[in-house]
Amino acid sequence: MSRIGQTFIALKAHNKKALIPFITAGDPGKGLTVPLMHALVEAGADIIELGVPFSDPMADGPVIQRASERALANKVGLKDVLAMTAEFRKTNTTTPVVLMGYANPIEHMGYETFALAAKAAGVDGVLTVDIPPEESAGVSDVFKAHGLDPIFLLSPTTPESRVEQVAAVAGGFIYYVSLKGVTGSANLDMDEVAQKIAMIRKHCSLPVGVGFGIRDAATAEAVARIADAVVVGSRIVSEIESAPEGACASRVGHLVAELRRGVDAASK
Amino acid sequence: MKLTDLPDSRGHFGPYGGIFVAETLMAALEELRVEYDKARNDPAFIAEFEYELKHYVGRPSPVYHAKRLSEQYGGAQIFLKREDLNHTGAHKINNTIGQALLARRMGKKRVIAETGAGQHGVASATVAARYGMECVVYMGAEDVIRQAPNVFRMKLLGATVVPVSSGSKTLKDALNEAMRDWVTNVESTFYILGTAAGPHPYPMLVRDFQCVIGRECLTQMPELTGRQPDAVIACVGGGSNAIGIFHPYIPYEDVRLIGVEAGGSGIASGKHAAPLSAGSPGVLHGFRSYLMQDENGQIIETHSISAGLDYPGVGPEHSWLKDAGRAEYVAINDDEAMAAFHDLCRFEGIIPALESSHAVAQAKKLAPTMKKDQIILVNLSGRGDKDIDTVAKLSGITL
Ligand SMILES: Cc1ncc(COP(=O)(O)O)c(C=O)c1O
Repeated sequence: MSRIGQTFIALKAHNKKALIPFITAGDPGKGLTVPLMHALVEAGADIIELGVPFSDPMADGPVIQRASERALANKVGLKDVLAMTAEFRKTNTTTPVVLMGYANPIEHMGYETFALAAKAAGVDGVLTVDIPPEESAGVSDVFKAHGLDPIFLLSPTTPESRVEQVAAVAGGFIYYVSLKGVTGSANLDMDEVAQKIAMIRKHCSLPVGVGFGIRDAATAEAVARIADAVVVGSRIVSEIESAPEGACASRVGHLVAELRRGVDAASK
Repeated sequence: MKLTDLPDSRGHFGPYGGIFVAETLMAALEELRVEYDKARNDPAFIAEFEYELKHYVGRPSPVYHAKRLSEQYGGAQIFLKREDLNHTGAHKINNTIGQALLARRMGKKRVIAETGAGQHGVASATVAARYGMECVVYMGAEDVIRQAPNVFRMKLLGATVVPVSSGSKTLKDALNEAMRDWVTNVESTFYILGTAAGPHPYPMLVRDFQCVIGRECLTQMPELTGRQPDAVIACVGGGSNAIGIFHPYIPYEDVRLIGVEAGGSGIASGKHAAPLSAGSPGVLHGFRSYLMQDENGQIIETHSISAGLDYPGVGPEHSWLKDAGRAEYVAINDDEAMAAFHDLCRFEGIIPALESSHAVAQAKKLAPTMKKDQIILVNLSGRGDKDIDTVAKLSGITL
């Protein structure tokens, strides 16, 4: 079983929910990503989502878009992201790492070449935002063949018929995007999210993570009550953006610890 | 299978095209696909589209024998398909009318669009006014400056113009931003995409709406000359005016189809916008096609004198036609386009768009290699009023 699967089983055994913070690799600096990843784990992250910078992050809002631009200005590409993961793995062999990004950098490297390199670097799952299941033939099977979990998104606009289709190709966990819109949008309707999760569970046995719109302990707690995992992206990235130089890891650590308390409060 | 049978049901032209978008947009694209499928088979929809093209756009646009230009270039006879005479001054309106009618059918009260040169933005603002819809146009901050007269036109027509300051501040960034708006407002909003690119079904439906150009030529050329042309030339930004004139000619195997990309300062300089001539396949903006990208698969900045060609990708059907060998693609540099721009002004009394000037420049190269009784048909995709500031600046003149 993959590290992601094991993580969810272990959490369940302790009646806990997963906290999955997102950061963009190379933001704010090339050398800061690995220390940040360790800081995330220390503060309570169960899985790390590592953004692969892309020049045209069509599905992201301004916050993550700017992070991508900063990382690209630092000349961080897919190969560097793999190197960072390998570096992280030298001292952490248990926390799953999921790469999140867009198709083109991976397609350019070649899906097979990438999958081999990613596995060797210690990557556990890959979420390519702009590859829906319809286009995933030759992608998710290659990932699976190399022991990488292909993670897929579901959204409020996904009809029930498509949930089955996604479930058929997905691995690791399902990432339910709880809002219409790009990353960093506001407002979260918990009743609606709960209904959708119930529908997803009818068709899919994978754990369900919820992301978009989680910004503090209270929203993290509310989501943790209904989902298996809480994914936090823009809120963390804006903390990185506003942190004074040198204070980045500690500021992010503080925030993630607060989110952790929220998530754990849900299982009390 | 015939070349004209594409795309397949999921929008593929061979390895190109498809639907590469986040899950949040899948339902909206499916809704559009289903609705367009109904509309294209609905005689009432077709009839209304044709009525609007005739009475509102002023179609058919004429084909004009540019005799003095032909003489000057010394060789084949050059004919111009006068899309510049359409209402709003370019071919873009053919497509925006089609999509606005679709939007109305689907009950969407708000339309959004991306624009480079501003022609598609103007055409979208125009149809929004025509059908009483709210209109928001995303435009790269750089282009807002380059194409100021069109920004004012859009505002006059009641549209909101949103300058986009991310990335390279040009067309590709405007497209990203329009997609983001669409994801966020998907229930109320119709995205009027301006070229034969993007996720399925856009490349297909934009092509279908633009094919009126080539279909008219199929009847106009024999009327004028007794036969079909030897070569058809069109500029290629995203590829909508080119596919519109090429597609009906695909079965006419003796007719050469030549797409002209923006060569900027020259292919060798790296400062250009010619993915078919100097790029490689990849995925951007919801589809697979030739792209301009670096060794890490990041999209690189493009350069062209003409904002409408300043795009790092190209519609998937052109990638397919290139690989299939049915169409050829070449690049024309900024200065060659400028020279052709002045030629058309001085010899024919037509001020062409800088985009279209690229096609004229290719005719200038090709004509002397052909016989006097051979025929080149150039798609004059738009008029150049919007470009006079740019041209004046290049000549060191402030207006
Ligand atoms: C006059 C004119 N021609 C050509 C183009 C390029 O677009 P396409 O390649 O879709 O025809 C534009 C785009 O703005 C334009 O305004």
